[in-house]
Amino acid sequence: MTDFGDSLQLAMGLILSGDESLWAIVFLSLKVSLTAVAIAGLIGMPFGAFLAVMRFPGRGALVVVVNALMGLPPVVVGLSVYLMLSASGPFGVLQLLYTPSAMIVAQVLLVLPIVAALSRQVVEELYGEYREQFLSLGVAGLRTIPTLLWEGRFGLMTALLAGVGRAIAEVGAVMIVGGNINHVTRVMTTTIALETSKGDLGMALALGVVLIVLAISINAAMSLAARSSARYAYA
Amino acid sequence: MRDIGHDFLAQSLGKVIPLRPSLPEMTLKGVQYRASNQVQIDIPSLSISGRGISVILGPNGAGKSLLIRLMHGLISPHAGQVTYEGLPVSGKGRARQAMVFQKPVLLRRSVAANLKFALKFGDTPKSQFDDRIGALLELSGLADKKNQAARSLSGGEEQCLALACALARSPKILFLDEPTSSLDPNATHRIEAILHHASVLGVRIVMVSHSMAQAERLADEVLFISGGKLRDRLKVKEFFNGPTSLEAHTFLSGRLVP
Repeated sequence: MTDFGDSLQLAMGLILSGDESLWAIVFLSLKVSLTAVAIAGLIGMPFGAFLAVMRFPGRGALVVVVNALMGLPPVVVGLSVYLMLSASGPFGVLQLLYTPSAMIVAQVLLVLPIVAALSRQVVEELYGEYREQFLSLGVAGLRTIPTLLWEGRFGLMTALLAGVGRAIAEVGAVMIVGGNINHVTRVMTTTIALETSKGDLGMALALGVVLIVLAISINAAMSLAARSSARYAYA
Repeated sequence: MRDIGHDFLAQSLGKVIPLRPSLPEMTLKGVQYRASNQVQIDIPSLSISGRGISVILGPNGAGKSLLIRLMHGLISPHAGQVTYEGLPVSGKGRARQAMVFQKPVLLRRSVAANLKFALKFGDTPKSQFDDRIGALLELSGLADKKNQAARSLSGGEEQCLALACALARSPKILFLDEPTSSLDPNATHRIEAILHHASVLGVRIVMVSHSMAQAERLADEVLFISGGKLRDRLKVKEFFNGPTSLEAHTFLSGRLVP
């Protein structure tokens, strides 16, 4: 396929020349996805730990639901958020539809189950190790959560990474709630979809390359950080 | 692990264990614990009080670990009551108690941070944390490793740290579940020396052990259990000279306990 070779060449040209619109799109993608993961982490990690530590009726069912939601289809989330934020929806007055904030909301919903489910797994394993020791110290229930989250910091990093991967690669939800408006809500994945349908494969491929390189770099950086500090703490 | 000066140990311990006029008093009444429809523990009456070191001996599966978990309130009996100084042992009754587990449980932090964590949930005023941590580091022989990751220590050092964490709460009664079962003689010696001095300072010690030699070295009294029942409770000399129960007798002569 010569097309692919040509496109790749074009892509490299765009990346190396520092094309402004390309970088604006990359920057917005990062801003939306990393903010979404940060918010999802702040909610999802304590919630996952709560599920791991507390015993209450319906806990088992809740764990199953959270696990199942990990595979939530982005378009469905996008549609739901769209309905909530649209002018006639309950949050219509906020006028968030077609803004980066709406995209962040949608991605938080997508990432939250992943972070929560993986955190629960990490913390539950640790809790098995520490439960009796904590009980012996007189620490039980909710009071164990901050300690367990800190002890599980290396495992939780993986949960966040999974969230980053999900958020940055997702197209369905941001397309619906963001609307793919040039200079406003256009991110890497929506641009790739658009440029591909327009036939501008160079731009599409350039963004594809950037997307993959970014995904690899974020993963590499975070796991390197986690691994070196984990080695230090003999986790 | 270097040789340990006993005066030095006693001195560091003195900074951690306050002098107390009252000694602990623990009572088990009609305690039964069941698992998978079988009675695992059945102790009609047992009281632990005053000073000294009690070593719980018995064959595997006798219920030794269950018994000290019941005493410490980590598990609740299905029948009967465990009381500590008049209070049920779960909840508030567990203050002034500590436990060391067979496999040391340490946080993924530095040695000093582990001690600090144990202090945080005791009633030591924050202003005394540094002094306490210093004394506990000396006690465990880890003063030069205080910034090292706790989980990078050797097995013996880990258990010394776990013991120091337990003593950080200046317990009146200290439970240990086979603390030296996987340690070399040096580390075992240090743990035993610390326990001996803690006992002299008035900490009541209840320890599960597999080692009869350890019981002979350390114990004031032996509690022999098998099949979840207390078969013998004797001064250590009397126990090794000739226990009263058939089960203990069989155990000491190296045969299978019925």
